[in-house]
Amino acid sequence: MLEMKHITKRFPGVLALSDISLTLERGRVHAVVGENGAGKSTLMKVLSGVYKADDGEILIDSKPVQPTNTRESQKLGINIIFQEFSLVPYLNAYENIFLGREIRSPLGLLDRRSMRHKAREALDSLNVHFPLDRAVADLTVAEQQSVEIIKATIFKCDYLVLDEPTATLTPREVEKLFEVINRLKSRDVGCFFISHHLDEIYQIADTVSVLRDGAHVFTGPIGSCNQDELIAKMVGRSVTQAFPPKRRRPVTDAAPLLDVRKLKFHGSDRLSFQIRKGEILGVAGLVGAGRTESFLALIGKDPTEEKEVYLNGKPIALRSPHEALASGIGYLPEDRKKSGLFLPFSIRSNIVISSLGRVKDRFGFVSARKERETSGRYIDRMRIRTTSDLKTVSELSGGNQQKAIIARSLATDCQLLIFDEPTRGIDVGAKAEIYVMLQELAEQGLGIVVISSDLPEVIGVCDRVLVMRYGSIRAELTGPDINSEKIMLYASGGENG
Amino acid sequence: MVEAATHHVDKNIKNIDFVDIGKSIVARPEFFSFIALVILVVATSFSNENFLTVDNLMNITRQVSITAIIAVGMTFVILTGGIDLSVGAIVALSSTVMAGMITNMGFPFWLASSLAVVAGMLVGLTSGVFIARFALPPIIVTLAMMEIPRGMGLLYTNGYPLPIDRVFGYLGREYVLGIPIPTLMMLAVFAVAYVILNRLPIGRYVYAVGGNEDAAILSGIRTGRIKLMVYAISGVTAGIAGVIQTSRLLSGQPNSAIGMELDAIAAVVLGGTSIAGGRGHIFGTLIGALLLGVLNNSLNMIGLSPYSQRIVKGVILLIAVLFGFLRKPNRK
Repeated sequence: MLEMKHITKRFPGVLALSDISLTLERGRVHAVVGENGAGKSTLMKVLSGVYKADDGEILIDSKPVQPTNTRESQKLGINIIFQEFSLVPYLNAYENIFLGREIRSPLGLLDRRSMRHKAREALDSLNVHFPLDRAVADLTVAEQQSVEIIKATIFKCDYLVLDEPTATLTPREVEKLFEVINRLKSRDVGCFFISHHLDEIYQIADTVSVLRDGAHVFTGPIGSCNQDELIAKMVGRSVTQAFPPKRRRPVTDAAPLLDVRKLKFHGSDRLSFQIRKGEILGVAGLVGAGRTESFLALIGKDPTEEKEVYLNGKPIALRSPHEALASGIGYLPEDRKKSGLFLPFSIRSNIVISSLGRVKDRFGFVSARKERETSGRYIDRMRIRTTSDLKTVSELSGGNQQKAIIARSLATDCQLLIFDEPTRGIDVGAKAEIYVMLQELAEQGLGIVVISSDLPEVIGVCDRVLVMRYGSIRAELTGPDINSEKIMLYASGGENG
Repeated sequence: MVEAATHHVDKNIKNIDFVDIGKSIVARPEFFSFIALVILVVATSFSNENFLTVDNLMNITRQVSITAIIAVGMTFVILTGGIDLSVGAIVALSSTVMAGMITNMGFPFWLASSLAVVAGMLVGLTSGVFIARFALPPIIVTLAMMEIPRGMGLLYTNGYPLPIDRVFGYLGREYVLGIPIPTLMMLAVFAVAYVILNRLPIGRYVYAVGGNEDAAILSGIRTGRIKLMVYAISGVTAGIAGVIQTSRLLSGQPNSAIGMELDAIAAVVLGGTSIAGGRGHIFGTLIGALLLGVLNNSLNMIGLSPYSQRIVKGVILLIAVLFGFLRKPNRK
């Protein structure tokens, strides 16, 4: 049994964890939920020795332990898989699995055959299948995750921490992951399972704990409270309805804002679709269906083989994101840290970077006053919570960072915004706010595209949904047809798929 | 969880540089260099009465001006996350071009020096094309460009210095209002760089490319053009340095400025600019260049041998970088 007792962790000016006590039994799954910034990840970093607790202790089978780095915690049998994988992209699966712990032949050379063999056994025992010889960069996210799990469990592993393991997985991959977790359970591995997806927790967890603002507010068997009660505990208020009501707009007969007649990039079919003013178009599909790729090709970030696009009836070339933005088409990336934010910059600079041409004075210099006004206006409009827009953007929570990126696009006066996974990794409260904003923007006459792997989100906010699979559009759904059964059917290749 | 409930914008803070915000002076990476500079000045002035004289200080600024001007262009390049190893070779090319135009072709000073700067810019643009258009690594491209311009200079002069008439020494040797002209030119270059980096949109884009290239592309920034521009700027500043040097030495020197790129990089790094790009300040570079200059001067005055001086310089560089590293808030 793994016990954390009275764990307290302070960062300068912040009490990140205050007196938290959690217990994990072997062979059990213990879900830890809470909004972003509630302290889940910090707690797990304390457990794995990345951070040192200011107070409190960790016990394994009643013996106190004090890991000071992940290597030590691994020796104690505690393994943690972070949201961002720690794999070497150009090494293959078994090289990653045995990285730093390679099996050697008597001569001291690498014993590839044994490593391969052992890795193969591990794959089989978890009933997962993918090529062991391929660089992990070429594997899917789900496969990479399996590599991580095997890497964590192939040596001594009594306790496994999974930090947001399902954030980027498709529903089918999530099921597969749960099968893997169940196999680990039967091997007597205890799991901490951190997730924003409450429905998943009900499928997999035995126990659930709620953290809020660094405090431990609840622990109980999974059956002891329902999803709404759980949300209420997480946010400290009750959020009954995450999605604002859809206004049925008569948009079907309006001339399209963007008419994509032909779009073909490497590995895709010839796509054609339209986006109308005032509508929210969902783009659903499994990871790897080519959704992000389609829109990166559309805005000219990635090369295309064929492209014929009309904006308000006029042909446009869209040779680069610069041209797209100049035509009023903005793209908000799925990975905010990697391709959205300028982390060292202030919130203000992050907001105005795309619209510096609008905050110039008559000599062409950036006007500090106009810049401040623009930033202030969008901070108010997006309800970005910060004391000053001169703070670095990395100090904002995930939800507020996303709002800052939305603000950046709005400041350019876009007429079409493409949101790629707009609420990924964002807490419940901020999600609801973003949904309201999407509705507001659509009502103002913008065209909105929402690429999302989050089915309830697609169903909850979109007026029309394209379902993609293997680089082609398999279905276009409207009205009551927008439901999880239909979307999954087309996304997974049913009905002539 | 640390956010305040209100979301008002502080209206009192005006015109603050847009990076390094919220950092006190002490937390800036170039703070160490600044302190080191102050300590060095104080210590040397106690040990040698000739150090803290107007003449000597002016002399130092003139000595550092060439490195400092090159370091301005280097700051642009490093802010985008790149590096430019070709600047020393550009100085040599610019120098021989200028001397050749004056001595062999009889061009007037202004035309010869302008063409020398243009030559520098063309080398920079060439590097920029390979880096921006073909996405080749800057270190490789500019390594190649370390060879080509210098080879051209050597070829043109047959490897010998090419003298120019004494009357052309005005720019490198004279004073205006008691200040050496190279020092004034250095200050002018810094002023222009400050305006570009801090007051023009294009300056923001330089930071943006180094801060997050992917995000810059998606934010509608033409990152290729920015990269092309910074290498061109670096070529121009190296070209200007070549002009000053030629005027000062009264000859075009195809063998000059060997290793100058490393001094320029050292000045930028001592000035607190992140070698990974995205963070830094042009005035930090001035501090870095002055530190190097004062160090040379004071070590000479103390009577340290040139061999030992190199050791001291290396140690200071390491300490400065370590200091900047230790100050990083997010360090594990």
